[in-house]
Amino acid sequence: MATEHQSETLLKVDAISLSFGGVHALVDVSFDIQKGEIFSIIGPNGAGKSSMLNVINGVYQPTQGTITYKGEVRQGMRPHEAAVQGIARTFQNVALFKGMNTIDNLMTGRNLKMKSNLLMQGFYWGPAQNEEIVHRQAVENIIDFLEIQSIRKTPVGRLPYGLQKRVELGRALAAEPTLLLLDEPMAGMNLEEKENTCRFILDVNEELGTTIVLIEHDMSVVMDISDRVIVLDYGRKISEGAPDTVRNDQKVIDAYLGVAH
Amino acid sequence: MADSSESRAQTFPQLLRQRLQHDAERPAMREKAYGIWQTWTLAQLCEEAFALAAGLSDLGFVRNDTLVIIGDNRPPLYGAMIAAQSLGGVPVPAYQDSVAQEIEYVVDHAEARFIVAENQEQVDKALEIREQCPRVERIIYCDPKGLRNYDPQVVIDIATLMARGREVLKTDPERVNSEIEKGAPSDTAIILYTSGTTGRPKGVVLSHENLLVTARNINAFDRITADEEVLAYLPMAWVGDNTFSFAMGLVAGFCVNCPESASTVAQDLREIGPTFYFAPPRIFESVLTSVIIRMKDAGRLKRWLFEHFMAVAKKTGVALMDGRPVAFWDRLHYGLGELLVYGPLKNTLGFSRVRVAYTAGEAIGPEIFEFYRSLGINLKQLYGQTEATVFITMQPDGVVRSESVGTPPPGVEVRIEDNGEVVYRGPGVFQEYFKNPEATAETKTQDNWVHTGDAGYFDDEGHLRIIDRAKDVGKMNDNSMFAPKFLENKLKFFPEIKEVVTFGDQRDFVTAFINIDLDAVGNWAERNNVTYASYQELAAHPKVYALVQECIEQVNQSLAQDSHLSSSQIRRFLILHKELDPDDGELTRTRKVRRRIINERYGDLIDALFDGREHCFVSTEVMFEDGRQGRIEADLEICDAAVSPERTRAAA
Repeated sequence: MATEHQSETLLKVDAISLSFGGVHALVDVSFDIQKGEIFSIIGPNGAGKSSMLNVINGVYQPTQGTITYKGEVRQGMRPHEAAVQGIARTFQNVALFKGMNTIDNLMTGRNLKMKSNLLMQGFYWGPAQNEEIVHRQAVENIIDFLEIQSIRKTPVGRLPYGLQKRVELGRALAAEPTLLLLDEPMAGMNLEEKENTCRFILDVNEELGTTIVLIEHDMSVVMDISDRVIVLDYGRKISEGAPDTVRNDQKVIDAYLGVAH
Repeated sequence: MADSSESRAQTFPQLLRQRLQHDAERPAMREKAYGIWQTWTLAQLCEEAFALAAGLSDLGFVRNDTLVIIGDNRPPLYGAMIAAQSLGGVPVPAYQDSVAQEIEYVVDHAEARFIVAENQEQVDKALEIREQCPRVERIIYCDPKGLRNYDPQVVIDIATLMARGREVLKTDPERVNSEIEKGAPSDTAIILYTSGTTGRPKGVVLSHENLLVTARNINAFDRITADEEVLAYLPMAWVGDNTFSFAMGLVAGFCVNCPESASTVAQDLREIGPTFYFAPPRIFESVLTSVIIRMKDAGRLKRWLFEHFMAVAKKTGVALMDGRPVAFWDRLHYGLGELLVYGPLKNTLGFSRVRVAYTAGEAIGPEIFEFYRSLGINLKQLYGQTEATVFITMQPDGVVRSESVGTPPPGVEVRIEDNGEVVYRGPGVFQEYFKNPEATAETKTQDNWVHTGDAGYFDDEGHLRIIDRAKDVGKMNDNSMFAPKFLENKLKFFPEIKEVVTFGDQRDFVTAFINIDLDAVGNWAERNNVTYASYQELAAHPKVYALVQECIEQVNQSLAQDSHLSSSQIRRFLILHKELDPDDGELTRTRKVRRRIINERYGDLIDALFDGREHCFVSTEVMFEDGRQGRIEADLEICDAAVSPERTRAAA
């Protein structure tokens, strides 16, 4: 848990709605994310959690409402623009380059920071050479941080699932994000892998000062590591606050246990 | 280079200060960090160690204080050992995979006020035991990751402490040197806690003289020079690493390399290409198992090449290495094999440059031993223990056998007691068990003979053969000898079998618990369309039972050849539902079977083996890695194995 909070708002989501034809994925959702916190979005299946992340990093354009990021109102942002502005993410289903090894996958995360052109990179010539060394060093730091030294040169497609997830987290970190969006980073992991991942998330938050938005189904994880939690149900925000408040909210209990709508 | 003037050095810090005069820029240690091998020259290593010593001294570390060191092999931790010795203190390395209670025992018994812990994992253990060990004042860490919010009054960064030491040395440059000068050869160099198959671990006290003289003798015996490369990957708390990487390294002046992490050892081995290599048999075993598995998955041509040339190697390889005459055609054939198979294989395994390799700790399977030797790797066996500073006997080049463990090295005397127990005397004999005079008196006689507790005899060549622990050698009801470890090792030579426990003392026949090897059997299952979801399910599979039965029957056949052992043939066995595990107390940290605990935990299963039941229900408590308790239950099948008739001497 981050110990100190500058109460500076990094991202403000204001009355966002998102519809696909007649399906209302998100309805009038508002919340703030403070700089340096771990912010979790939870809710039953189909509640709109991943849609919310997709709105934040520009994959979907909201039908209504505004998003203010770093004090500026965003309009019609594309995913790559979000990346330039320091928003990185991981995916619910691992989305790595399976045929490439761990180092190369992490290097792709540095892509935005590279200045030399394709030709120079291709021939490892001129400024590209120094640039490559600088970025490789950054990647090595991440490898050390995530303790994946033994799989540097292994094609990621051959790695077990838990490690692939870790490499994906590494790739997101390689972009040195201000805001890191994690979509179910612990899905399908065993207990030990979950504990490791928790430790990495906390370390990223504490040592690198990265703000983290987390979607996760494992309630004990969410309640343990989050500073604040919001709960979505059928696209609406039904609760918000510190983990303990949310846990005891009757509306949340109803949403999870099911009541007639 | 080491020269004769160093033979006057009486402690390791004194030796280092002498070597600094002419070897300062030689690489002393390497460690892989951020994917690149980083080198510490002797000057750097000493500068850091002496700065740390000054820092420790500033914290109040004085002569005869102990410094507990917990972590993987890393240059700063070896530096910490030198630092403690420089101040006349005693480093006490602890096994890095021990749980907190085990560390607590060592810290408490050694009366340590300072702990050096490698990283957050180890610092957490050290903090956990602070309540039980109120003496502990400071915990010094090497890797700051995850330690930002820890109490700086207790937990301190090794780099900060070194910086503090450098400040001290500015105002008082002789602070460390004057302490080094006071060192005497009889000073304690290190206390090593033995894992101990019975009872609490004992702290073996070794002096500087023990280590220095032993290192000089062995370096001369195997012509170890300053040009060797060594990979230090075995636990620092184990006497072998201390002798091979620390003592012999500092005396000979060769470079010691530390792997990047425990999981990269195989890659690091290949990159370094050590010339002097040590591994317990289980590592040679698992490397061979992985080679065999990879070859079974290889294409037909490669498989044929491998099999063909391994047969050639078996025929000529060992003879070539021992310098026996070999026909010209065989030489040529072997040369071709070297080009096509042995060379590339050794390169892949990181054994290309190995000049001397040793294995010890357990018996090694003759097939495994021969496999490596036939490839042209000079693998030898030695027999030793912590109390002897490792070496009791070792095999000289050219006379290497798989069933014996060689002759005593220079300076060591060995004899056999009337009850068959091996006893020895020599320069490496330990001073005492720390704070345990009764145990010292039990083990070491007045005139310095040490009881090993192992039963053995000298064979016709004058080489020592070890049969078993003297107290484990039992008698069966028909009065024939029962040597459990001998049987277990025979079975463990099969790649499918990882661990075995046999029973037969004061019984009518012999039975066994088997642990399958998940890698080898898992691979076999894949190739034979056997599906399974867990270790437990695979272990209970009837086809796996049949597989193991085949192994046992082969062993029975070979036992039947020997009139002493034919009644030790295994009649009944079962495959355990869980792996025997040091965390559950069933094995020691060095993976030796703890028989008493197994008898307690699995008494019902043992009864079932002997009373003819066909299956038996068992429920076991297990400890998970994070310290939580769990329970595994299973209904185990018990299976009979065929027994071969004793072969009446055909020649007669």
